[in-house]
Amino acid sequence: MTETTVVPWAEGLGDGAGHASLVASSDMVTDAVRWPMTGPAPVIEVRDLSVHYGAKQAIDRISLDFGRNRITAIIGPSGCGKTTLLRALNRMNELIPGARTTGQVLYEAQDIYARDVDPVAVRRRIGMVFQKPNPFPKSIYDNVAYGARINGHEGKLDELVERSLRRAALWDETKDKLRDSGLALSGGQQQRLCIARAIAIDPQVILMDEPCSALDPIATLKIEELMRELAVDYTIVIVTHNMQQASRVSDMTAFLLAGEERIGRLVEYGPTVDIFTNPRDTRTEDYVSGRFG
Amino acid sequence: MTVRPGGLRPLTRTRTGDLAERAIVLALRGCALVSILTTVGLVAILLVEALDFFGRVSIVDFLTQAKWTPLFSSKEFGIVVLISATLLTTLIAMLVALPVGLLAAIYLSEYAPERQRRILKPAIEVLAGIPTVVYGYFALQFVTGVLLKGLLGDAISTFNGLSAGLVMGVMIIPLVASLSEDALYAVPQSLRAGSYALGATRFETSLRVVVPAALSGIVAAFVLAVGRAVGETMIVAIAAGQSPRLGLDPFVPIETMTSYIVQVALGDTPVGSIEFLTIFAVGATLFAMTLLLNLFSAWFTRRYREAYQ
Ligand SMILES: Nc1ncnc2c1ncn2[C@@H]1O[C@H](COP(=O)(O)OP(=O)(O)OP(=O)(O)O)[C@@H](O)[C@H]1O
Ligand SMILES: [Mg+2]
Repeated sequence: MTETTVVPWAEGLGDGAGHASLVASSDMVTDAVRWPMTGPAPVIEVRDLSVHYGAKQAIDRISLDFGRNRITAIIGPSGCGKTTLLRALNRMNELIPGARTTGQVLYEAQDIYARDVDPVAVRRRIGMVFQKPNPFPKSIYDNVAYGARINGHEGKLDELVERSLRRAALWDETKDKLRDSGLALSGGQQQRLCIARAIAIDPQVILMDEPCSALDPIATLKIEELMRELAVDYTIVIVTHNMQQASRVSDMTAFLLAGEERIGRLVEYGPTVDIFTNPRDTRTEDYVSGRFG
Repeated sequence: MTVRPGGLRPLTRTRTGDLAERAIVLALRGCALVSILTTVGLVAILLVEALDFFGRVSIVDFLTQAKWTPLFSSKEFGIVVLISATLLTTLIAMLVALPVGLLAAIYLSEYAPERQRRILKPAIEVLAGIPTVVYGYFALQFVTGVLLKGLLGDAISTFNGLSAGLVMGVMIIPLVASLSEDALYAVPQSLRAGSYALGATRFETSLRVVVPAALSGIVAAFVLAVGRAVGETMIVAIAAGQSPRLGLDPFVPIETMTSYIVQVALGDTPVGSIEFLTIFAVGATLFAMTLLLNLFSAWFTRRYREAYQ
């Protein structure tokens, strides 16, 4: 779909081992924004993915790749299946009674829907942040330590908690009240706590479902900034209703649309710049310019 | 002022409307008052008679003597004897009811498919409707007579705290299961999703997220269960015996506070005698215990109330 522009340093992106060296200079990251591309080896490849809820089909044969260390935005009108697609990427859909998935989702070339794959293991590698902040009714510390504890984290918990909170830009605000309930935080802080909680188990991919929809503009900007920083280490997929947000933070954008029969399909997928400035499909153009129901 | 066709009702009050409203309020207030007055009356009688008792028997004796023999010629009033029996049967009952009830609740709320849940939950609640006298004879005839005698032979008496406690535990399981399940089921789905998304299994999610989030409700259920066991009368009266005995031996006949009250109330003790007054002293003690339990429950629930909201 997209021309693959291989910039010199992008070769290293293929093997996960090269992460640390890539972090060295932050202007490289900005380069990535200017030079969006699918890269040589996508982290997740979606092939002909369909999801049904009972008899109702929600999305139909969607295929697309999620590039390593890229931020991919999924946009589209309400009900077009954005959440459904996102939740199919780490097998969260199967927690909904009656949900059925067909097609393939290849994570590092392995089909996560294969018979011998443990969904719990999948979710440890592909984490998720939800639309509404949902911290556990536990202390800030215990929220962040939760994933590490159940995964039998070796190493020091204190360090992990501090590192994760710092990474989520929440450390300064919470370092003196780690024992307070996570629910005592503001909405924006709660969402950053959920992000800290997600990165504490060191996943490779973070899925975010409208992570800023419950937040004010300042908190939103904070999270967006955070996403840019996290993209150095993680692959991020974000669902958003906010066109400006999609254009601000994402490298790639996928536009989904449900037709008359209310089944979501992928209309267009490409570099965010192209989707917003030079879309190929008129429906995309209508949607991103706000001329859509 | 003109009234438009199909228009509003006039804004003025009507006398009959006012009166009807006032009558309804009065009737409702009357009902509320009856229940409050009954409670107040009960407590008052309990206290007055208990005070009468403590006018004749020293409260120090009541609290420190190690024998309970008000019905004999050499009278001693060591309430600790009856309390030990109540504690024993309650403890055994809770060892059965709390874990089994909570696990059943976790199964129903977290594991059972919705259809199964909708059938099982009312079925469990029906169990709670079985008259306790049935449980009492079940404890005496089957649990002691067949099971325990079969297992332990003569090491266990016909009347004993063990079978009464076990059966009482079984009787209380539905209460614990049903109330705990309500608390677990009320935990928002989003918390479970958050846990699964961090790579938690269903069991880890249930135990580390859902149960703690529902803790206040579960503790309330537990406290109710303890209160139910402390106050349970029929089963212990039938199966545990009428032998006031200090200690926690589950194999011998004992007498709980409630069985003692039954024994005296059913006997031919003259009203106003010291023997008769003992049942008020015992009753007041029971009342104090349940009151403390409920205060604890109220305090705990307020402290941890709906922590997830
Ligand atoms: N749990 C469910 N059970 C049944 N149908 C569902 C369920 N969740 C979603 N659907 C249906 O699937 C379709 C896609 O829903 P989805 O939530 O993925 O849309 P969305 O693009 O995320 O919408 P929004 O922007 O409003 O969040 C909708 O028609 C919706 O009614
Ligand atoms: Mg959605």
